[in-house]
Amino acid sequence: MTIRQISVFIDDKAGSLVKVLDVLKEGGHQILTSTLADSPEFAIYRVLCTDAERAFKSLKAAGFNVLLPDVLALAVADEPGSAASAIRILSDAGISIRYMYSFRLANKGILVIRTDQTDRAKEVIILNKLQAVSESELSAMIKA
Amino acid sequence: MIKFPVPDDSCEYFDKEHETMTREQIEALQVERLRDTVRRCMSNPIYKKRLDDAGVTPESINSVADIRRIPFTTKADLRDNYPFGLSCVPLRDCVRLHSSSGTTGNPTVILHTQNDLDEWANQVARNLWMVGLRPSDVFQNSSGYGMFTGGLGFQYGAERLGMLTVPAAAGNSLRQIKFMKDFDTTALHAVPSYVTRLYEVMQQEGVDPRKDTKLKVLAIGAEPHSEEQRQRIQNMLGVKAYNSFGMSEMCGPGVGFECKEQNGLHFWEDYYIVEIVDPETLEPVPDGEIGELVLTSIKREAMPLLRYRTRDLTRVLGRTCPCGRNHVRIDRMKGRSDDMMVLRGVNIFPIQIEKILMNFKELASNYLITLTTDEDNDNMTVEVELEELFTDDYARLQDLKREVTRQLKDEILLTPIVKLVPKGTLPVSDGKAVRVVDKRKVYQ
Ligand SMILES: [Zn+2]
Repeated sequence: MTIRQISVFIDDKAGSLVKVLDVLKEGGHQILTSTLADSPEFAIYRVLCTDAERAFKSLKAAGFNVLLPDVLALAVADEPGSAASAIRILSDAGISIRYMYSFRLANKGILVIRTDQTDRAKEVIILNKLQAVSESELSAMIKA
Repeated sequence: MIKFPVPDDSCEYFDKEHETMTREQIEALQVERLRDTVRRCMSNPIYKKRLDDAGVTPESINSVADIRRIPFTTKADLRDNYPFGLSCVPLRDCVRLHSSSGTTGNPTVILHTQNDLDEWANQVARNLWMVGLRPSDVFQNSSGYGMFTGGLGFQYGAERLGMLTVPAAAGNSLRQIKFMKDFDTTALHAVPSYVTRLYEVMQQEGVDPRKDTKLKVLAIGAEPHSEEQRQRIQNMLGVKAYNSFGMSEMCGPGVGFECKEQNGLHFWEDYYIVEIVDPETLEPVPDGEIGELVLTSIKREAMPLLRYRTRDLTRVLGRTCPCGRNHVRIDRMKGRSDDMMVLRGVNIFPIQIEKILMNFKELASNYLITLTTDEDNDNMTVEVELEELFTDDYARLQDLKREVTRQLKDEILLTPIVKLVPKGTLPVSDGKAVRVVDKRKVYQ
């Protein structure tokens, strides 16, 4: 029900971002989406890519400070208001969100959510019939 | 006899006669050797004038305490008399020189006779034997060679002991690791920051030092480091790391070394007279109190130094030891009286910063202190590398930063600016790590 995201700790130099992207390129990883927050000194570059575990190992071997956290990926209909209703369900159930970003894949909207209450969130997702995407489902959507 | 035979493997001591002397025997030998040294120094016009002015003759030395009548020698004296002004033998009797590069002015030059080199090798061999190394061991010396005494000093000492000695020199970490595996290296000598670097490369290459190497002893030195950094290095490689003290002015490495107790470095008092003095008043401080280390080499021919001010700060821990050696135990160097930073009137040593940083398992060993002047206020920035990304949460990284800042403030009484930086981004050469950069406006 969860997927693995790559989080890389980098400094504020564009050069370090290039180095991360080069490692992913050399490994033949396809980036689905990525996000880099603005922060006064350090930054965490978060990436969803194909074959996350192998990408994690390559980045670690290249000497990066890297983490492979589990995140929730909710697929919602590609229409106005669908994200709002999904998040409202989580919010009503008392799930706090640490960060979120989204992208579009195979005519669906994908909401990527990191929470400290993953187990509780999974229950809420099942009870409310939300569609959580697994890693294999995600790769099937990429190929489609 | 300088080249006495190497003892049996089962003997605890390389040079039992000298290592196990009683305090009375040590002091009697010191008086005799100090007299010889003063006599030798009389042949040098610069020393002769100083000794004459102070009214010191060889015959007037009757106790170790009489050394206090002799004037100090400083690094400036070595520079001012560059290159051979302080030598006490004709140049034709010298077989080697080592030089330390000075950042300002002349470098310093130290001359050696063949006897000096042999005695130097004996001291290093004594140290390595003390921590359990024997002729069947393989010693890899990952230290800079050339003018830097850590190279040839350990080379000849390890050979004197009878070990197969690999002059790997510094740098090229992949090759170092290959040598360690291929040659079954059991002992490694390197500066502490380079050991850390080697371990990082081992991790990247999937080499487990505990399984994939035969390493059993590390000798680390030439770079001041905290007890916490030593513990970290020991945990990384799974072997004991022994602290080595040397300085090219005395000979090089060999002057002091930890025994298996790891409770201070034994400074060899049959070769040196050790004093700890207040750097301001130059009066001796009591045992246990921190002061400047002052060394007199009493068994050197080419260039003995009388009461040399090392600028290293340390203290006496004791004069007996469970290992059976009664040579003075000196604490690890606490810093140098000349790398002390004075920030807003507070005296700070890099080692204080390091001690705190090493308490955090989230942080790596590499750090950089930068002093700046911002709107006429002096500030300290401490950049430190992150060891493992333990979270991808900004708030928790900020918490870590706050806690590091708080503990540093408790230690140095000033609030530094702490920056967490990615691993591998701070300046480090395969030689010594860069620790302090001072970009402040120069007053006066
Ligand atoms: Zn001892």
